[in-house]
Order: sequence, then structure tokens, then C-alpha cells
Amino acid sequence: MPFDEMLDADNRPRGPYSEYMSWYGEQDHARLLTKSRDAEAIFRKTGITFAVYGKEEAAERIIPFDIVPRVISGREWRKLAQGIEQRVAALNAFLDDIYHKQEIIRAGRVPRHLIERNEAFLPEMIGMRPPGGVYTHIIGTDIVRTGQDEFYVLEDNARTPSGVSYMLENRETMMQMFPELFHRVRVRPVENYPMLLRQSLEASAPPGCADKPRVAVLTPGIYNSAYYEHAFLADQMGVELVEGPDLRVIGGRVAMRTTQGYKPIDVLYRRVDDDFLDPLTFRPESALGVAGIMDVYRAGNITIANAPGTGIADDKAIYSYMPEIVEFYTGRKPLLENVPTYRCSEPDTLKYVLDNLADLVVKEVHGSGGYGMLVGPTASKKEITAFAAKLKSRPGNYIAQPTLSLSTVPILVKKGVAPRHVDLRPFVLVAPNRIQIIPGGLTRVALKAGSLVVNSSQGGGTKDTWVLED
Amino acid sequence: MQIRVSHSTEYNYSIPIHYALQRLRLTPRSGRGQTVVNWQTDIEGARVEVTYDDHFGNLTQLLSAEGDPHMIRIVAHGEVVTEDVNGVSGPHVGFAPLWLYLRDTHLTRAGKPIRDLARSIPGKDPLERLHGLMATISDKVAYEIGATDAKTTAEEALENGSGVCQDHSHIFLSAARFLDFPARYVSGYLLMDDRTEQVATHAWAEAFVEGLGWVGFDAANGISPDERYIRIATGLDFVDVSPVSGIRHGNSTETLAVAITVEQ
Repeated sequence: MPFDEMLDADNRPRGPYSEYMSWYGEQDHARLLTKSRDAEAIFRKTGITFAVYGKEEAAERIIPFDIVPRVISGREWRKLAQGIEQRVAALNAFLDDIYHKQEIIRAGRVPRHLIERNEAFLPEMIGMRPPGGVYTHIIGTDIVRTGQDEFYVLEDNARTPSGVSYMLENRETMMQMFPELFHRVRVRPVENYPMLLRQSLEASAPPGCADKPRVAVLTPGIYNSAYYEHAFLADQMGVELVEGPDLRVIGGRVAMRTTQGYKPIDVLYRRVDDDFLDPLTFRPESALGVAGIMDVYRAGNITIANAPGTGIADDKAIYSYMPEIVEFYTGRKPLLENVPTYRCSEPDTLKYVLDNLADLVVKEVHGSGGYGMLVGPTASKKEITAFAAKLKSRPGNYIAQPTLSLSTVPILVKKGVAPRHVDLRPFVLVAPNRIQIIPGGLTRVALKAGSLVVNSSQGGGTKDTWVLED
Repeated sequence: MQIRVSHSTEYNYSIPIHYALQRLRLTPRSGRGQTVVNWQTDIEGARVEVTYDDHFGNLTQLLSAEGDPHMIRIVAHGEVVTEDVNGVSGPHVGFAPLWLYLRDTHLTRAGKPIRDLARSIPGKDPLERLHGLMATISDKVAYEIGATDAKTTAEEALENGSGVCQDHSHIFLSAARFLDFPARYVSGYLLMDDRTEQVATHAWAEAFVEGLGWVGFDAANGISPDERYIRIATGLDFVDVSPVSGIRHGNSTETLAVAITVEQ
């Protein structure tokens, strides 16, 4: 039986849920179902949609929202937060090392070939220390739970983690629909995230810039699946939302076109991938980036958040070395567990993985968003056979993990509530000398009974995530 | 030997240009075998936006067009004192790891002809093999201007059997990396006996040999660099060291004129 976060084996509410459950017991189920439809209307009205790649009818869908919150106690959160902070500090130290002395490779703790043959390693970052030494200004650490005190890190999203707008919209919607609930349960705030993000980005500005650094959000534009989030965050932070053609190099800085002429930008929160960031340096045909921004960056005149080349830290092949990485840079054992990971590049391991496909989850090393993965226990025989062929032809492209028995949290269904598997993506802000973990995050929930795939692109939904003041 | 260089690059535009960027790698640095006495870059029609060291340690400048010019002219000139160091430019410095120099690039990817060429080189001693490789390339690929262009790959040039120093260098890099030698492209100037005026910069390759460090091989001339050579920049291939590269906006057509003088 998977661990249910709300109810114990005797169907009694666990501690963190006791107040919520007593409130729930007083509610009329029909009213809750109405509220649930109201929530959908709110999301439609705010325009919070996302595009699903590869679906023709397309395009824009609302991620289903479930009105039963996911509740985490203050004690559980503190433990998690310490583990995340340690991990994020190690990731930044790793990036600095990889683009400078590479001591971890010299020490033999991470094999050279893993970096050497990795497309996420960006030579253009060699010898480049970003302002304040921060590489990953924003990280979304994907965490799953399997028991009372058992948490595992599934992925470190160190490139451009998305989803924070859902965290904010989910909370706002809950507070709008159930104000009384927030009087009864003391929930830590997440709504100050845009302010904290702005402060954290400002604190990472290049030294010597004006008193009040100018921050802007760079979006690929309205056709990007996360455009809504880019516009939302810029709006909430009170900064400009810009696209590549709005920017050019002027006076040794990257400047944006305004009605009063060009104004220099100190910190660019970019939601454009490395490859497209600078046509003079990376893909020449890219119209989404800014020609010459890498030159300005290396000259120390702008902060790019996150730094280019951070993908080397959240690569799934590197992931399997995270326990070594944490220990190497922090000198301490990791506080948070890694999911045991089989590297299919190793012949003996590949054989094991092929023999046990039905029990494993297999992922592409460079993939994301749940595309191109195999979930053994729910896959058909045909799917497994087809996947085995892909795996054999390019073993180095895959890693495999045991199927974890993810915890469940109930969702509202026609008759009462029913448990569904969840994961959690807390958001972490890194500034020079300061790491902040927002108390909450994005809880993704598989809407189909028994399903372990929570990705929104694969039909998952979301929940508000409550961290209690205790 | 004291060598005086003047290197002029001039872009003429059919209509005034509003926005253009040029990235320059035109500044030699002092190091083993060369001391820069004086060097400067004069620029017309553009201004320097930033100056920095790139990931290979090359001094790099970014220019932008200034004042909607019809023309951008860049003249790098100065004097460098050189000495013969038997082609050995010395130990590896900087953060770029040696293994990076084993990476293939689009221009240096080794296909079967280059792999066969590399395998055909006899010898056990690393230096002997690299010299053998240089001699073989020198022999198989005739020096011929106009047979190739800046986008020609190592494979294409070998197949053609002709090319210029850029092609000889790319073939050498491709084969040397296949033989597991870290290898890099070097751009620079070469003092020639029979002429002062030249139409392009020179290029050669360096391979890393344990115990010696970086050793130069000029396959176009079949020799290792001596006191007639001045190094400007290094990288994985021509793209990384290109003396002037850039982008521009608008429909203007561009004509380019390069004039180089190298003299004692």
C-alpha cells in the first residue's frame, strides 16, 4: 500500500490534516463539487493555460486543479528544506568547479566521460564566474515521498524550472474560494514569491551597477508553452517582459527598447534555452535571443539567470552522482536521498534493466516533461518490446530507476475523495550568500487511479501545497 | 626577430547600416616564443562595446556599428619580437580542460578517409607520429587558393586534395584527435621570404604531447613554426578563432577587403 499523506492505516487523519479534515467534515459535498467547477472557471478567466506539444487539437488546455490541498507539517518541511538547501549549494559549487578547475574529476569522484561527451557542458562558460558566483538563481527540485519520513529527490531542475505560476494561482484561487479555511489553518505564505524573486535577482546583479538594478524577463514569445508564466511573473514582479528583438548591445551593456530610448538591463531572467540565447555564439538562426549577450556576459556587464550551461548539473546521468557531488563540496552526507539509478551505459547494468523493464521507470538522459519515458508497471507488452529496442540501440541515452511507491493525497471525486499519487516541486531562490526555499511549491497529481505519471503534459493535475506554521 | 604587422579588414555596405556587431580576435599576446612590443586596433565606423578573454583565453572584442556607416574599417597593427622555440609553445594554461581539445567539431569531424589517413601513420613515438601526419597531409593536399572556402570541412578538403592553410589545419586536427592527441587550431601571421603583402591570416595546428606541452605543426608548409610565426588565437577550429565575425541587420549588401602586411 502506498503511503497516504492524509489518512493513516486506520483511516484517521494524520496530524497535519486534522484541522483541514474537521473543516471537510462540515462541508456539503455538492457544494465542494460546485466550488471545484468554479475553480476551473477562475483558471479559464485568468487565462492560465499551457500548450501540449504533439497534440493537434491543441493547443491550449487548462491544467486540472484539485481543491483538496496537500498539507505538510512545519517539522517535515524544515527537514526537507535543509536537504534541498544543501543540495542546491552543492549544485552551484559543482558548476563553478566544472567550469574552472574540475577538481571533482581530478579526484575521480565523477567520471570524465560524463562531462566530456555531454552536450550540456558549454565550453563558452569555461573560466566564467557569474556575478556573485551564482549559477542557478532559480531551481525547482522535484521530490517524491514514499513514507512518513522518506523523501527522495527525483530531479534537480537547474535550467529554467517552470510551474511557479501554478503554485501562485493555486493559492490565490484557494484563498478566494475558501477564505474561512485560511483562518482555521495557519498556512505559510507563498504569495510573496514574485517579490522575493525580484529581490533575489537584484541581489545577483553585476557589481558596480546602479543602486536599483534593472531586471527584465526574456520570453521566446507567445507561442512558447510557458508564455503565460513569463508574462505573469514579469507582471507580478513589476519588471519588463521582453523578447529578443527588443534587446541589443549598447554601451557595453544589453539594453531594451523603451518609449524613452534604450535602457540597460542588469539582470535578465531568461526563459529562452541556451541554444537560442545568442545567435552570434550559439545557433546563428535563432531570432529569440540577443546577439552579443555572451560577450557582454563574459565582460561582467550583465547577469543571466540562470547562467548558461547549468544543464550539466541537472543532467540525468549526472544525477546518479549527486550523493558524491553533495559530499565532495559540502563535506557531509546528503540529507536528502537520491532515487537509486541504473546507468544503462554500463553493459551489466543494461542487461539488468532489459531483464526487469516491467518493474522499472526508464528515462531519457536529456529528456524532460515525461516525454520519451517508459513506466514499466503500467506499460503494455508491446510498449516494453518497442522500448527495449530503443534502449539497446542507444543505451547511453537512458537511465532506469525502480518504480517508487509514491505517496498519495486524496482528490475530490464524485463521491467523496479518493487517493492519487503526487510529487512536489518546491522552488528555490539563490542569491549570493543566500538560499531561500519557498514554503510550498507545485504539487502535481496523477488524476487516474493508480497512475504514477504526474506530468501535466501527460494528463496530470495540480494541488495547492500547504506548509503549516508550527 | 622583430616582425611588424598591419592587418586591415574593411566592410563596405551598399546602404548605410543601422545595426551590426563584429567580434574581433585580432590581438596577439606575449608568451613563449613571442613578446608583443606594441599593438593596437584602430576602428572606423564602429565602436568597442566590450573587451574580454574568451573561454580559450583569447583577447576578444565586440564592436557595434556607429553612426549608420557605409563602411567599417578595422586595422590591427603592431610589432612582435619572436624567437625560435622549435615549435614548442609550452605547457597548457587556462581552465579549458585538455580533453576539450579532443572534441570533434562540424569542420573537423573524422570520416573514414581521415581515419584511414590517421591509421596509416607509422611509428610509436608521439612526436614522430605527429611529424609523419604533418608530412602526409602536406603531401596529399596541395596548396591551392580558391579550391575551398571558410566552410569547407576537413573531410571535404582531403577528398579534394587541395586547399589552404585552414584546410590543412582542420585535417591535421581531425586526424590528431582521432589518434587521441588533444589538438587545437592556431591563427596567426607568417613572415614570408618573397612578399610583404598577404591576403589572409595564416593558420596551423598544435597537438599536446606529454612532457613537451603544445607543439605546432604547419601542414600547409610542412614544418613546425619557428621565429617567423606570430600566434593570435587558439580554439577547436577556425570558427573559434575567426579574426572578424559578426551579424548585421538590414538589406544592405556587403563587400569585404582584407589587406595584411607582415615584414621585418
